Amino acid sequence: MKAMRFLLALAFGALLALPAATAQAQTVQINGAGATFPYPIYSKWFSEYNKLHPDVEINYQSIGSGGGIRQLSNQTVFFGASDGPMTDEQLAGAPGPIMHLPTVLGGVVPVYNIPGVDSQLKFTGGVLADIILGKVTKWSDPAIAKLNPGVKLPVTDITVVHRSDGSGTTYIFVDYLSKVSPDFKKTVGVATSVNWPVGVGGKGNEGVAGLVKQTPGSIGYVELIYASQNKIAYGSVQNHDGEFVTASLQSVTTAAAGAARAMPKDFRVSITDAPGKGAYPISSFTWLLFYEKPTDRPKAKIMVDFMKWALTDGQKYCAELGYAPLPREVVALEMEALKRISL
Amino acid sequence: MKTPSSRRSADDRGFRLGTGFFALLVVVLVAGIFWELYRTSHLSIAKFGFRFWTGKTWDPVSGEFGAMPFIWGTLYSSLLAMLISTPIALGIAIFLSELSPKPLRTPLAFLTELLAAIPSIVYGLWGVFVLVPLVRKLQVVTPDWMRKIPLFSGPPLGVGMGAAALILAVMVIPFTSSVAREVLKAVPSTQREAAYALGATRWEAIQAALRFGRTGIIGAVILGFGRAVGETMAVTMVIGNNPQVSASLFKPQYTMAAVIANEFTEAADDLYLSALIEIGLVLFVITVIVNAISRLLIWSVTREVRFKAPKAPAAATRTAPKVAA
Repeated sequence: MKAMRFLLALAFGALLALPAATAQAQTVQINGAGATFPYPIYSKWFSEYNKLHPDVEINYQSIGSGGGIRQLSNQTVFFGASDGPMTDEQLAGAPGPIMHLPTVLGGVVPVYNIPGVDSQLKFTGGVLADIILGKVTKWSDPAIAKLNPGVKLPVTDITVVHRSDGSGTTYIFVDYLSKVSPDFKKTVGVATSVNWPVGVGGKGNEGVAGLVKQTPGSIGYVELIYASQNKIAYGSVQNHDGEFVTASLQSVTTAAAGAARAMPKDFRVSITDAPGKGAYPISSFTWLLFYEKPTDRPKAKIMVDFMKWALTDGQKYCAELGYAPLPREVVALEMEALKRISL
Repeated sequence: MKTPSSRRSADDRGFRLGTGFFALLVVVLVAGIFWELYRTSHLSIAKFGFRFWTGKTWDPVSGEFGAMPFIWGTLYSSLLAMLISTPIALGIAIFLSELSPKPLRTPLAFLTELLAAIPSIVYGLWGVFVLVPLVRKLQVVTPDWMRKIPLFSGPPLGVGMGAAALILAVMVIPFTSSVAREVLKAVPSTQREAAYALGATRWEAIQAALRFGRTGIIGAVILGFGRAVGETMAVTMVIGNNPQVSASLFKPQYTMAAVIANEFTEAADDLYLSALIEIGLVLFVITVIVNAISRLLIWSVTREVRFKAPKAPAAATRTAPKVAA
């Protein structure tokens, strides 16, 4: 009995001592949450920034864009991150004005598996939309054949593979299809999860890629990073200017540069189907979200300093991790915008 | 000075209060879960009402939510999994408890229980890379006349209801079989001895043991069903994730647990989130109903046994001496 009491006392003592021990460290901790797509580069940035400023520790949880927006609105995290810009409704629901700051770029590519076809296929937005809508059902369809003269397309049924989990990748893809096809906009629309008219859902990029690889006659979409790292062949897509562009870090950055000219003040812009020579049409920014009038000034100061670093020195980590860096024009606009955060 | 007896009764009371408190915790927890699910899904409940249960459209863009395809997918896949797994699991249980040579018993039991310890993501990956291609091969060679039957209609995708039911069956087998084995072990050996004494064959003796332990065996099957209803990761990886109500084993479908896991993280819109939580509420209610049905089933079986009980042992004791003599 005595031994038991002693143990209990010990346990309570340990519990009480715990917070005291963590409080002793003099580091500033800043918490953020949101999108999964930029997680690899964000964690790289935060760890590199920590090496430069050992007293600052930025924690990021990749819980998804929706969760990031929710937690930012509830002020349970200091900053959020999202693959799609917040809607006007969401902004109105937040306790204060929120600023969007683009950090890096991503692209989405169409991947396919057609027995007997090894060459790269060309797609237009309209044909891609019709395939996803289930209107074009065979690979030998004249609409596809016309774009790809010289490719022997089989009379195979098309199986559409999409993401089953809510995802920024889906958002970018359907945002593009909605821009180029009024029909797609009307029947499907834009969101991180949509009501797909046909097809099967795979979980994550790996789920979609796996299903495409295994199913003869299938077409799906994955992130450019995922396709290039796993050496999956993908099709080229016709851009706004009418040329067929193969996705690459270069062509994605070009799309952003084209959009920079008409950049709205709040950076909430979709750059799918962007104009400009060599611009890849299924591209998008990913954003970090901050309050313009933060309650915790010292933390805001640190985050502004971090953003300045990420937009300049930090961009050099993009290439090794497979992200497209921001074009210079956009960085300049953001540097200007950072001054709006009241410190 | 306390007398020994008063101290004992104080200890008893303390013990009873302590354990009672823990039992109460479970009730509070379940009530709390229900209340929280109800509270956080009020937006969706207010907007759709009962239509949520019967609606077939799930469209986050236009804000139209109906749970029917998910309810269907969950119940259908679990039911199919039970149909496949129950005979196999009972076979394993009977072999291990009644027929297996002693040296084989422990390693075999260990191996079946090992199946339960495999994480569901591993089952899912196995499903994607091994099971789904196999199922597709089966679907490709399915003759055309069979495809006309609704059960086998649809393109040969590999992923779909059939693959999901198979993977669920594999996952459920260790649960059902190990509980059924424990139940058979608990059947008093006098039951079997009595049956043998009556001149029963081995099969008839096993039947007697099964009949004796049927409450527990039904419990084992229900346990497996509960596990199948709640399974998420492995199912979402092979079921195709397309919300539709179809009897076909070939067609992609969707389950409640899978849609929550898939869409919760990215659901930023309030109504959308509320609808996903209501799916959780529906899953909760259906689990309660399934458990209630199983209770009823067990209750009706035990009642039957209780009525018959005085007769059966009496018959055994009456005839046993005769056989012995």
